Formats: sequence, structure tokens, C-alpha cells
Amino acid sequence: MSQRFRTAAGGRIDRARPLGFSFDGRGMEGFAGDTLASALLANGVHLVGRSFKYHRPRGILAAGSEEPNALVEIDRGAGRRTPNLRATQVELHDGLVARSQNRWPSLAFDAGAVSDRLAPLLPTGFYYKTFLWPPRAWARLYEPLIRRAAGLGRAPDTADPDRYVQCYAHCDVLVIGAGPAGLAAARAAAGSGARVIVCDEGAEFGGSLLAEERARIGGVPAAEWLRDTLARLEAAPETVLLARTTAFGYYAQNMVGLIERVTDHLAAPDPALPRERLWQVRAREVIVAAGSIERPLVFPGNDRPGIMLAGAVQSYVVRYGVRPGRRAVVAAEGDSAYRAALALHAAGVEVAMVADLRDAAEGALPQMARDAGIPVRSGATIVGTAGRLRVRSVTIGFSGGRERVAADLLCMGGGWTPSLHLYSQARGRPRHDPTIGFVPRTPVPGLTCVGACRGVFGLAEMLADGAQAGAAAAMRAGFAASGESWAVEDAPSCECAPPRAPGPGSGRAFVDFQNDVTAKDLRLATREGFRSIEHVKRYTTTGMATDQGKTSNVNALGIVAQAVAAPVEAVGLTTFRPPYTPVSFGALAGVARGALFDPVRTTAIHGWAAAQGALFEDVGAWKRARCFPRAGEDMHVAVARECRTVRETVGLFDASTLGKIEVVGRDAAVFLERMYVNALANLAPGRCRYAVLLGESGFVRDDGIVGRLSADRFHVTTGTGNAALVLGLMEDYSQTEWPELQVWLTSVTEQWAVIAVQGPRAREAIAPLVEDVDLSRQALPHMSVRSCQVCGVAARLFAVSFTGEIGFEINVGADHGLAVWEQVWERVQGLGGAVYGTEAMHVLRAEKGYVIVGQETDGTVTIDDLGLGWAIGRKKQDFVGKRSLSRPDLAAAGRRQLVGLALDDASRLPEEGMQVTAAAQDRTAIGHVTSAYGSGTVGRAVVMALVADGRARMGEIVFVQMTAGAMAARVCDPVLVDPEGARLHG
Amino acid sequence: MTYSFLRLAAEALRGQTGWTPAWRDPEPKAEYDALVVGGGGHGLATAYYLAREHGITNVAVLEKGWIGSGNAGRNTTIIRSNYLLPGNEAFYEHSMKLWEGLEQDLNYNAMVSQRGVLNLVNSDAARDAAARRGNAMRLHGVDAELLDADGVRAMVPYLDFDNARFPIKGGLLQRRGGTARHDAVVWGFARAADRRGVDIVQNCEVTGIRVSNGRVMGVETTRGFIGAGKVGLAVAGNSSRLAGMAGMRLPIESHVLQAFVSEAIKPLIDCVITFGAGHFYISQSDKGGLVFGGDIDGYNSYAQRGGLPLVEDVMEAFMALLPLAGRLRVLRSWGGIMDMSMDGSPIIDRSPIEGLYLNTGWCYGGFKATPASGWCFAWTMAKDEAHPLNAAMRLDRFASGALIDEKGAGPYPNKH
Repeated sequence: MSQRFRTAAGGRIDRARPLGFSFDGRGMEGFAGDTLASALLANGVHLVGRSFKYHRPRGILAAGSEEPNALVEIDRGAGRRTPNLRATQVELHDGLVARSQNRWPSLAFDAGAVSDRLAPLLPTGFYYKTFLWPPRAWARLYEPLIRRAAGLGRAPDTADPDRYVQCYAHCDVLVIGAGPAGLAAARAAAGSGARVIVCDEGAEFGGSLLAEERARIGGVPAAEWLRDTLARLEAAPETVLLARTTAFGYYAQNMVGLIERVTDHLAAPDPALPRERLWQVRAREVIVAAGSIERPLVFPGNDRPGIMLAGAVQSYVVRYGVRPGRRAVVAAEGDSAYRAALALHAAGVEVAMVADLRDAAEGALPQMARDAGIPVRSGATIVGTAGRLRVRSVTIGFSGGRERVAADLLCMGGGWTPSLHLYSQARGRPRHDPTIGFVPRTPVPGLTCVGACRGVFGLAEMLADGAQAGAAAAMRAGFAASGESWAVEDAPSCECAPPRAPGPGSGRAFVDFQNDVTAKDLRLATREGFRSIEHVKRYTTTGMATDQGKTSNVNALGIVAQAVAAPVEAVGLTTFRPPYTPVSFGALAGVARGALFDPVRTTAIHGWAAAQGALFEDVGAWKRARCFPRAGEDMHVAVARECRTVRETVGLFDASTLGKIEVVGRDAAVFLERMYVNALANLAPGRCRYAVLLGESGFVRDDGIVGRLSADRFHVTTGTGNAALVLGLMEDYSQTEWPELQVWLTSVTEQWAVIAVQGPRAREAIAPLVEDVDLSRQALPHMSVRSCQVCGVAARLFAVSFTGEIGFEINVGADHGLAVWEQVWERVQGLGGAVYGTEAMHVLRAEKGYVIVGQETDGTVTIDDLGLGWAIGRKKQDFVGKRSLSRPDLAAAGRRQLVGLALDDASRLPEEGMQVTAAAQDRTAIGHVTSAYGSGTVGRAVVMALVADGRARMGEIVFVQMTAGAMAARVCDPVLVDPEGARLHG
Repeated sequence: MTYSFLRLAAEALRGQTGWTPAWRDPEPKAEYDALVVGGGGHGLATAYYLAREHGITNVAVLEKGWIGSGNAGRNTTIIRSNYLLPGNEAFYEHSMKLWEGLEQDLNYNAMVSQRGVLNLVNSDAARDAAARRGNAMRLHGVDAELLDADGVRAMVPYLDFDNARFPIKGGLLQRRGGTARHDAVVWGFARAADRRGVDIVQNCEVTGIRVSNGRVMGVETTRGFIGAGKVGLAVAGNSSRLAGMAGMRLPIESHVLQAFVSEAIKPLIDCVITFGAGHFYISQSDKGGLVFGGDIDGYNSYAQRGGLPLVEDVMEAFMALLPLAGRLRVLRSWGGIMDMSMDGSPIIDRSPIEGLYLNTGWCYGGFKATPASGWCFAWTMAKDEAHPLNAAMRLDRFASGALIDEKGAGPYPNKH
């Protein structure tokens, strides 16, 4: 019969909505409102996973996010397979497919469990002490074996098809956790009119109230108070309620990261919905009502399926209507575990015994248990358990002897640990309370802990604490608020159990369930000198599993403190780090994936170039046309043709990606004079100058053309990839060094399309299109600029060249770029010209010896190294980087200087980045190749290189270390075409 | 107590009860021949090599907390020697060679795992830079292979090769690069140094440096004054603070760098992958966690935590590279304090104060340097002069201009 372990009635599940699901291929049924864990328990399934190290059979321990054992894979189809999800948090939906992990061939029979047999050989840290010999075996044998055993779940095979989005929010009060304390706080804050955000990691708000079976709040049952509270919060206009939302990290100044799971609980989600939302909330006040986590008990054999936390059992019975066993033993270290015993009893589960570890069990709850006829024995210790895939019996020790009790369910109630995660992330420093454990001590501005997470237990106390803090937070945020108060009945007080270290027992008592760390391992670590809790953690791996020690850290701490004979507070806690629970990469990356990871920039002419069949390359963020092969041409042939055409006729080139900065203001000339090495103050309006920019350390950062449009207006170009860097550098100096200068800097890179026309017939090509400008050599010499009309569009026309030929760059508004380009193209084509790409541009400029910053330079090259020292304005008092140029090593002998290399074998082409040596067999480089291209014009490879003392080596033979051996080359001048500049000025 | 499988097996018979502390927990003496401040990898390695290479065993390592609590325990465990510039390459290659014999040398399994370091190349310009680097490495006898896109695809087929902005065009592979278990490196050096007589003094914070007539006399600590004629500072992100105690101002800024680990998954990524264009690097640990990091947060800080915007930045690079990672989850993030120098390269040098030595400026890259850093710093402290391997790593290079700027980013400590 399906769901044999359902109670007859009750719980918050919807018994009218059965849902089918499968686990390891076995079909089962649960109800709407179930988690995967509760549905499995309802079907009598406890064995759900295997541990990491020993592959021990493990069952469901908890009912929330602290679960260390019940990790499953959820498969929603291609690319939607998610590993390592906690069954306790996976909400059931119809058709859910779940699988167990880290086992082979099956969950019940797992070959990996052989490591459990070898456990005596595998104490904590064993791998640091062995696998040392023979030395090569680590890489070839041991490590591959270890790696094969690594990991829990599998990564998906294909890209995640789901969407993730990010939201940003501000609020007055952020309430984290919607249990009784959090809801009371939210009610108080929301009632004041403050903007409130309430989040809770669960599917339903209510926290411990969802498993509350008898208490009454304000004269009504707790469930009714909860309904009423939620109704009020929903009605509050400035309040946002976020269920299934985990506050995973606290960041500086009350920035809290929330992760909202939007669709995982739906059988057929609306494709328009994202899978998850990342919320970044900046809150005036943060109220942390994160609750507490129950501690397991540490005793031999405490890890078998069927051994569960008492609070979780209560939750499964009361909230989910599940009987997690037929015959139960409850091991209690405090009163709260009795609630599980009572709930089980009420649900018809036989409670064989409450074994109370205390010497006496006197409180109200123990009395209620006795009244219900449940056998209660105090002074008990749990000596051991039996059962392979499920606990079968529990052996309990008393002063008078031992008793073996048959049971298929053992509930552990080891007291409750306040959840300090967010408080600690906010740099709060806890103190150690002898009866509760660690609780907040130092205040954190703008952050208040309420309820169980600050050690306030008891329903009435939590409600009062929350209401008071909620009102106080709203008032601090500037709202008039008052906390309500409620009478609480039938919530018997619970005596808190102080955390205590387990006695040394025989057999393995597990502390960290997932990583299989035992009490003995912890003691061994301390014996080996790992006495700091951080060392113990790292050495034993306790607390480092996917649950990050939520159920294990305090137990480990107690054992270590006992082992080193130090008080718990002296040993201290390990650092809490975000995230609170694991957060998917998808959510943190948001929409910035694929094409949206980083913007692709294209020019106005991009579509035209693509239609012409251009090949593109990435330069900075830009796509640039690399060459325009015609039918039957490969890139090599196309580039050679493009180069030839430019040298012989005319070429058209899209230079729009050049960085462009408009420098305007009374002191614009002074500013540029200080930025660039060149003398620019005396630049006449209408003229341009090639200018070099250094960094503060004296190395070349960029070069470009500075064109003066008028007395107070300059048009400055930068390298394609350097535009942002140069503008940033300029702004830096403008704002911090020379604030007295009146100068404004504007990036206009995208505002201008730049159409370069280069070649002997360039003037002829553009002449009919340009209005009002005399294009003659005398009227518009090389390095001039004019504002004019081109094709009827406002333009800035530059007479500049990056090819060594007569050249013009037509700047027009980007919106007109394509239209003007097409008209220029018509002219160029009519003259027998061609369009060319960046590859030809590179060849042409290299033939002429022009450098490209970033290609010939790497940030360690000086202006003198490049042979551009002539550009420095000799009379200038100062410019950026000038001071550094006087440092001895910037003028020392042996610096690498830019030269050309002529290879002996004209048919060979070295690769960029090849090393240059003085002798063929040398292993010490004296330089490297920065640029190398085949050149039809020169008739051999054009090679630029940085070579130590290169200018003094003219004519010397050096060697390029090619892959196939050293190749002799003669050091030569890098300018190979038209060194006199006759073509340029023609 | 020597570690071996036989020893482990023998201990198995008596319940592993016979192990003794890996290192002693001594009270600090009043005077040592040499003090190393900072119980991280570099400091402990320095003490070890002082003892092993130079016979100086009257040495103490002073650690304010527990050893390995700083960057040694917070890094992404990558080791490599794929450097370009002459001042760096020989040094890092020396480090790689020390890594290769470290376990036998220390009798401690630091899990040095030469699974390869693959630098992805995403543009032609990056390919040229990678070629130059690879050629420089090979010329120095260091292994380097330039892969084309198909070569990369054969190694790591699960990456996104066709990202619009950063298509993968190839890679530079150093097969001898890889990872090492960072905590084990710390513990291995500590144990080996201890076995040679070095005192490892934890919970001993240096509060002052006593200098007299331009000579260092010792250090004030929370456990009293400790005298020594030689004091070496190996305190990473706290270098400026410590140097300040001796009246020095260093060309160092402290920045926070975050690192991350995912939940453990079955083996997916076999080598170390670096994605320079997205400033992202990732490997998978022997336990199954994906260990990765990105850029520094970008502001000066001594707080060992970073902000959420940078977390997003790193995850975006992760998703761009590995689109199947959407449903995998980050388990833990943390921050370390980087001692960012003005050219991205370290300083291992004497200081203007006689007997006071500096080991700092490691930026992101200190972990891989651990053995060579200790080896060279020990040499420099023992002989009062630099070894040729660290001769370029001078303090005065920022004044002289003999920078070691691998990245060519200029004097911006947040850009390296």
C-alpha cells in the first residue's frame, strides 16, 4: 500500500492532491505540501544516500537546510540535472525524478563501502602520511584513485537552459526568518508603515509554528495566529514577503544577499519565469530571526538510517503527517525531545522508551510523557546501535547495566544551537553561555538578532523578543511603531540542554556525518598537535561538507575542548563564511551569460562588412573586419591583394573603433601638453600631431592623433583597446592632480564613424564628396584637420595616414556612417580601389615601421626603446611620466630597442612572440619578435623585434628561435617603405 | 616520527593511538639567531631552509594566530612557473623544481599534483602574448605547449568555445603546473622545520620591532621581547603594518581577494584552467570541490572579506566559461589580504635596517612561490645578500626603474 507511514489525519499536506514521484527509479506517491524527504518517509524509505569517505548507508537526519545526509540528484531533463540537493528542502511536485548519489552499483549494495572495512587504516589525515613512495606513484596511481572516489553528485552534461535574474531592493527593515520571532518582528515593523521585506528559506512561513500542535497565542491556536499574521503582512502595502528565499550572505553596511527559488517546486513552470532570483537588499535595519539547529548526539553507531533529530521527527509527524517508524526510542539531552515522543505517541507510533541522558527528568514535558504512559528512564547513555541499512535496535546503558531495545526509529535531542551565521558574517563576536552555547555578544550597528538565534527559547519569549525588536527597528528607521504582546498558553517550557562532550565510547561515533569524521578522529588530530579549532577542521575536514557543519560544529568543538582540556570559549568557533547554504552559480551570474557576459561592440559599417563576406577579429571589445576575401581567395591571398591595392591605387578602411576623446575648455591645450610627451600647446588650430602618452612609471601606455579644432577644442584619438584606459587616466589627472584646469573630457568613440581612405589616389577618391575644403597638398597638408561637409553630412576630415600613403580619415556622425561609407565606397571602387581589413592595415603600417601600442609594447617599453624619443617636446618642463624617465634603469645599457629583422631565408616567416638570441645555441634571449608579416611590397617577411641594444646592432646577425630551429636574421631599420616620406606628402 | 604506509599500518593495529604531535608547541626563548615573522607557507619554508641549507637551527617562527591562517590557507592552490620575464622565470622554475621533490624532502604528502595549467587564449593578440611567453619558457628549458582550439577542446570539451566576446582560440599549457594541498604545505614545512630544531611559536603577535643604531635587535611580542640579530618579515597582507613598526614605508598596498569553492561533484575539471580575458581561474580538488577565484575587490582593505558585486563578477566569468555550471552551487567564499606591489612582482631583499629582511609583494601569486620564496629568503637572511634567483626582486627597483612588470600594467597595485 502506498504511503504506509502516513498518519490517519492531520498535518499541513493536502491529502486531496496526491503527487507521483520516483526515487532511484521506484515510483511512489506523496501529497502536495510534502518535501521529498517527508514523502520518502511516508513510503517507509529511510536509506537515501551514502557518506563521502566510508560510503556508509545514511538516512534522513533533519527536516531543513541543515541536513547532511539526504543529498539527492533531481533530474528535470536535458541540462536540468541538479546534484547535491537536500531532500529535506526539495518540494514534491508531480513527476519529480530523484536519484541517490555516490554509490555503485546500487544504494543498498555499494562497492565503495569497502573503504568502511579499511577504516582502521584510514584515520583522519592518513593521506598526509602515506602515498609518498615511490615518488611517481602519487601522480600515476594513488591520486587518480582518490580522484575517482571524489565528489558526491554529478555535474550536468550540458549548458543550463534556465534563466536567472537579479533584483535590487531597499527597505527599512529586512526580517530574515519567518518563525515566531521573525513574524512578530515583521508584524510590528509592517504595522508602522515601514518598508519591510520578510524572507524565509521554507516554502511556508511559520518556522517552528508549522509543527506546533497544542500552543495557543492570544487565545487562538498557533496555526490561527499564523494565518492572521500572514494576512496582515500580505495586506501591508509596503511589505514584501519572500518564501523559499534564503538570506545567504551579509555584506558590508547592511547589504544582504537573498536567493529566491522560483520554479524548482513547480511541475510545469511558466517558461517566462526565472529559475531563481538573486536579491541584493540594502536595509536600514536587519532583523535576524534565523532560529536554531538541533544537535545530534555523538555515540557509537549514531549514523544509521532511522536515527533522526527529535525536532525533525516532530516536524515530520505534526507538519507532514508522517510516522517515521513503528517503534521509537527517544534519546533526550533536554526537554524538547519529549515533544517528539509525545507527537509520535499521539500519531500511534509506539515509543519504547525515552532515554534521558540527564540524571533526572523533572520538567513539564517529561511529566506529560509519563502521563501519556511513555516509559521514561533517566541517567541513560546510548552505548550503541545495530542494523545495516536501517537501525534495528538501540543499546542503552544505565547505572545498573545495559538494555537492548528493538526500535526502527531513534530520535536524538541534543539541545539547540543558535544560528549565528549572519551575525558572525556581520562581524559580530559571540560569547559562550554555559547553558545555551554561543550567543551574540557584541552589537552590530543596524542588525538585531531575535529569538532562538540569540538564545531566546520558549514561544512566549520569542514572540515578545521579536515584537519588541521589530518595533525598535522601525523606530530607528524613523517610523512610529509599537510592539504587540500576546498571551501564550499550552507551550510548556523547555529546559535547555547545555552542549556537552560525549564520553569516550568504543566504536565509531560520528560528528560530521557527510565527511565521516568521528570523535576519535578529532581526538587524534589534537594528539598530533592540531589544537586550534581551525586546524582541527582543516585536518579532519569536520564541518567542511556541503552542510558546512550546521549539525556538527558545536559537537566537534566540545570534543576538541575536552581533548585539549580547555574551556569551549577558549577553543572558539570556526569562522562563518557566506553563503549560509550553497547558492547556484546561475543565480549569482544572472543574465550576464553567453552573449551578455561582456558586450560585443560593432561599428556602423559592421553589417556592410559582414555582407561583403568579411572575416572578423576581436580587438578589445570590438569586432573588426580582418580582411575581405573574394571568391576563391584565402586570407593570405586577400591580404596581399588588399595591401597591393592600397600601395598602388586606394583602399577603404573602417577605423571607427579608434578611441576618441573630445577635450574642451579654456585650459584644454595646457592639459594635453601636460598629459602627452609632445609639445601640443603650440599646435595650430587645423593641425594634428602624432602624440605619445606615458604612464606615471615612464612606460608607453598609448599613442594617437591629437587634432586641434579651435583654440579650446581638441579631438584626440586612442588605440582601439585603450580608449577607456586613456580616458580614465586623463580623468584621474584632471580631477586629482590639476583640478585648477578648466577642461572637460568626453568619450566620443561611438559618436563618430571613421572612414579611412588611403593610397595614392585617396585625394581623388574623396574630392567630389567633400564640400568647402581645398584638398590640395598645400592647403590641406599631411597632419591637418578640417570641419566640413562630406556627402552633405557634418564631418571632421583628418589628413592622416597609418599606411605611409596619402591618407584621409572622414569622421561623420555614427548614424550617417553607413550612408557616407557607401558613397565613398562607390568612388573607391570606381577608381579600382578595394576595401581592406585590419590584417592589411597591420602589414602596411609595419612596412612603414609604425608601432602599435600593445603589440610592440607590453607596458615595460619606453618611448626611447621604440625609437620615438623625437616626439618628446624638448622644452617641456613636465609631462606624465617625465620624472620616471630619469630613473637610472630607464636609460641603462641593455634595454630592448625596436628594430627590424631581415631573415636570411626570404621564404620564412617567424611568428610573433618568438625569442631572439645572439647565437644560435644560446638559451638566453636578447629580444623577441613583436610583429611579423609576409609582405609583397618588400618581397620578404616584415619583422619587428625588440632587441637588447638593438640600434647599436644594426647589420649584426642574430637568431630567431623558430620551432624548427634557430634562423639567422640581420638587424635592420624597421622602416622599409618610403623612409623619406615622399609618398606620404605626395 | 617518520611517516610511511608501514607506520600507518602498524598504528592501525593499536587504534592509531601512537601518533605524536606533528610539531612541538614550545615557549619562545629569550633570544634566537634568526626570527621569521609570519607562520604562513613562506615563513615556515624560510625557517626550514635556514635549517636545512644553512645550518641555522636556532630559529623561531612567530605566528600571531595559528600557522597557515593567512593567505597560505586561503588561496586557490595553483602552482606553475609560466612566467615571461627574466627576473621571474628562473625563480618560479626553481620553485617548481622544489615542489617536484617536496614530499620526499619533507616526509609529508602535500599532494603536489602536476595536472597541468592551461591558460586560455581568446584573441589573436592574446595568442601572440601566449606564444611569446611559451617561447621564453621553452628557451629557459621550461615546458610549454601552445595549443590551438582543437587541442584545447580535446582537453576540456565542456567549456564554451564560441562565446561571442571570448571565443576560445587556443591555450598555453604547462603540463608540470598544477595544484598542491595548501594546508598540507604549511603543515609539512612546519613539521620538517620543527624536526630540525626550529621553534614554531603560535599565538605570538609581533607588536614592535626593536631597532638600535640602524640594526635590528629583536621584536616585541604579546609574549614578551624576543631578541635576534636577524629578523625576516614574511607577513603578506600585513607587510606594511610590520614594516611600519620599523619606520619603513613599503611600495605595497593591501587588497582583498576573494576565493570560492563549490559543493563536491564527481571529477569534471582535470587540469587548472585560467581564463585571462575574464580574469578567472579554476581547478577541482581531490575531494571534488571546484576551487576558483577572480579579481581583487579593488579597494584597499585589511578585512578578510569582500563584497557581493565582485562575487557576481567572478560567477559571470565562470558561467561564460562553463555554461553547464548554472545548477552547481558555491559552498563557501572567503577573503585574503594581498600584498600588492607596484609592478606585480615580489620583493625578497634586505631592508635599509641592518638585519631586517623583507619578503613581500606577492600579489595574487604567493602560493606557487612558497618553496623558492623560503629558499631564497633563507639564503638572503643567512648570507646577507640576494641569491641570483631573487637578485631582481629588490626593494629599490621602484626608484631605479628596474621593474619586473609581467603584465605591463604600470604602477597600479590594483591592476596586477
